[in-house]
Amino acid sequence: MLNEKTKKNIFQLLGDWVGFFFSRSYDLIASGLDRIIFDPLQRLVGMLRMPYFFVLPNLLVFTVFSLLPVLLNFGYAFTKDPNLFLADRPWAGVESFKQIFTCANFLDPNSCLVDLFWRSVSNTVQFVIFQVALMVIVSMVTALILNGKIKARGFFRSVYFYPVLLSPIVVALLWRWILQENGLFNGVLSGLGLSTQAFLTNSTWARFWMVMISTWSNMGFYTLILLAGLQSIPTEMYDAAKMDGADRLQTFKNIVFPLLMPTLLVVTVLSLIRAVQVFDIVYAFTGGGPGSATMYLVQYIYLNGFSSPIKQLGLASAASLLMAGVLVILTIIQLSLRKEEV
Amino acid sequence: MGSIISFLTRTRGRKKFHMTDILTYVYLGLGVLIMFGPVFWLIMSSFKTQSEIIRFPPRFLPYKQDSIQVVGYDNLLPLYDVKIDGQVLRLAEINRIGIGSRLIDPKNPSQVIDANIKDLKPVEHVDFSLDNFKEGIASFNFGVYLKNSVIVTVVATVLTLIVNSMAAFALSKYKFKGSKAIFLVMIATLMVPTSVILVPEFLIITKLNWNNTLIGVIIPTIATPTGMFLLRQYMLTIPDELIDAARIDGASEWRIYAQIIVPLASPALAVLAIFSVMWRWNDFLWPLIVLTHNNLFTLQVGLAAFQGELNVQWNLILAMTVLTLIPVTLIFAFLQRSITTGIATTGMK
Repeated sequence: MLNEKTKKNIFQLLGDWVGFFFSRSYDLIASGLDRIIFDPLQRLVGMLRMPYFFVLPNLLVFTVFSLLPVLLNFGYAFTKDPNLFLADRPWAGVESFKQIFTCANFLDPNSCLVDLFWRSVSNTVQFVIFQVALMVIVSMVTALILNGKIKARGFFRSVYFYPVLLSPIVVALLWRWILQENGLFNGVLSGLGLSTQAFLTNSTWARFWMVMISTWSNMGFYTLILLAGLQSIPTEMYDAAKMDGADRLQTFKNIVFPLLMPTLLVVTVLSLIRAVQVFDIVYAFTGGGPGSATMYLVQYIYLNGFSSPIKQLGLASAASLLMAGVLVILTIIQLSLRKEEV
Repeated sequence: MGSIISFLTRTRGRKKFHMTDILTYVYLGLGVLIMFGPVFWLIMSSFKTQSEIIRFPPRFLPYKQDSIQVVGYDNLLPLYDVKIDGQVLRLAEINRIGIGSRLIDPKNPSQVIDANIKDLKPVEHVDFSLDNFKEGIASFNFGVYLKNSVIVTVVATVLTLIVNSMAAFALSKYKFKGSKAIFLVMIATLMVPTSVILVPEFLIITKLNWNNTLIGVIIPTIATPTGMFLLRQYMLTIPDELIDAARIDGASEWRIYAQIIVPLASPALAVLAIFSVMWRWNDFLWPLIVLTHNNLFTLQVGLAAFQGELNVQWNLILAMTVLTLIPVTLIFAFLQRSITTGIATTGMK
């Protein structure tokens, strides 16, 4: 964005100063820690036991804040009442799950005992399908175009990437501003002589814009991954295809597409995992509304676990467990795709 | 269909300028408009006055109505171009009654002129006023939220780098009992994002008495398996001979870590640092749950709360949103190359 030369000068000046102070203080701290803690420690326990102390901080945080909660989640899902402390929660067995799964017709959330759960599930499924499809198509097209012979590729690549850095709250507020009743879009519509739309208070429009906005904010990320995949296809492949007299359609079908397939799968699964967890944007964009039209799974968990006046931690945890199950399956697929890719 | 595919897959240039080239640049131009346009619109809007904000249809530039101080009136009076008997006069409005407006000529304030409001045209000029920002900062606690966000981001990033690089060092350069199991379990929790362990994680924070503390926001995020994995992969490429040589020279294991491995792994550490800053700056769900006191909010939580309570004061919300996106935009301007290559090579976000 800035002129390369100015950037270099700024960086050099800053870099020299910061670098000097940083490396000096780093050395001081590192050797100080060695003298006070780690050298005596190594003398005490021996060299071979040192790695345990290196993993210890990570392992501790990880155990307390990731592993333990996973196990505790089961405790909440099988107990009831709004108490946070597990000891005060009476055993409920599979009651929470039963409540969630009591439905006259699973396709109609209104017929369910806990209607918001199925509504959020069906909203999420709908959102995931449209969003992932749109995301994969748009980022694929963009990556292919960016991979073509174009001027200022670096610039255009970063253009698509810019919204990825914006926080979800900023993204949501930005679009709410544009889509509100007397916002930019309605201004354009009325300028064209069309009637204005209730983009935020009509359920169909709200759902539509949720898909568009999350695609807008994340497509740069997937475009980058796909672009990297495209650029790793050796140019000899294209040359060979040309020599064999293949036209562009054949080249795409027989060379680009198959070679890009693993990356495309990774992108699909990654965006699936991300889409299932949609929360931040919708929280500030519609707050789940109108009604519960854009209420998704994580918001259901948040609502029952934290924000509703009568907390239903059992329901929240049961929903969490079900969602975790889906995510575990998706991640296993992703990891095995990664392995194949390497 | 064939033409679409061939359009999308051109890789070698032709001599002639072709239809597909035009389409390519149209697509890219639209991309610039769609990606930057909304942000640009937001920035323009953040300078607008309250009355300009609710104006429909909206205008691109932030206009402000001219006003004038007239002797005998305490307030500034808004200026209008008024059509009277085919003549256009520049008058100041005193007040409005129904569709009638009472105006005076600033040069001759004693005589009141009556006019129909449909003959009034406001006198305006483009004004990038900072009023919204000033008022917003005053009513929004911006300084406090910014401070909290900076503390969370900086502390969490430093701790993330330390904790994960130590673990990555142990898991890449040593074979010890349980190392495989530890590694596998950590990779397994890649599958468990915060959003599915909210309730029990909140219980643990409560038991530790970390509710409504920034520590409670920071600590649970620092052991990120993705970061550890990235660093470990990088450290595997550092030759073991270096370590053996240092050991022969009598260096302790800590010195090997701190003064050989860490400097050599600095490219990977830099990538993780940039990511960690982005993650923590933009985090929302977990801070939302841990923090309930207004003076502990991070920028994101504060902004979300602000828009909830001031539903109509868009001008202030917009100004605060612009302030919130400034740091990220600066990072983008300076570091976009390293970020984009970082993502392209590691595939993480």
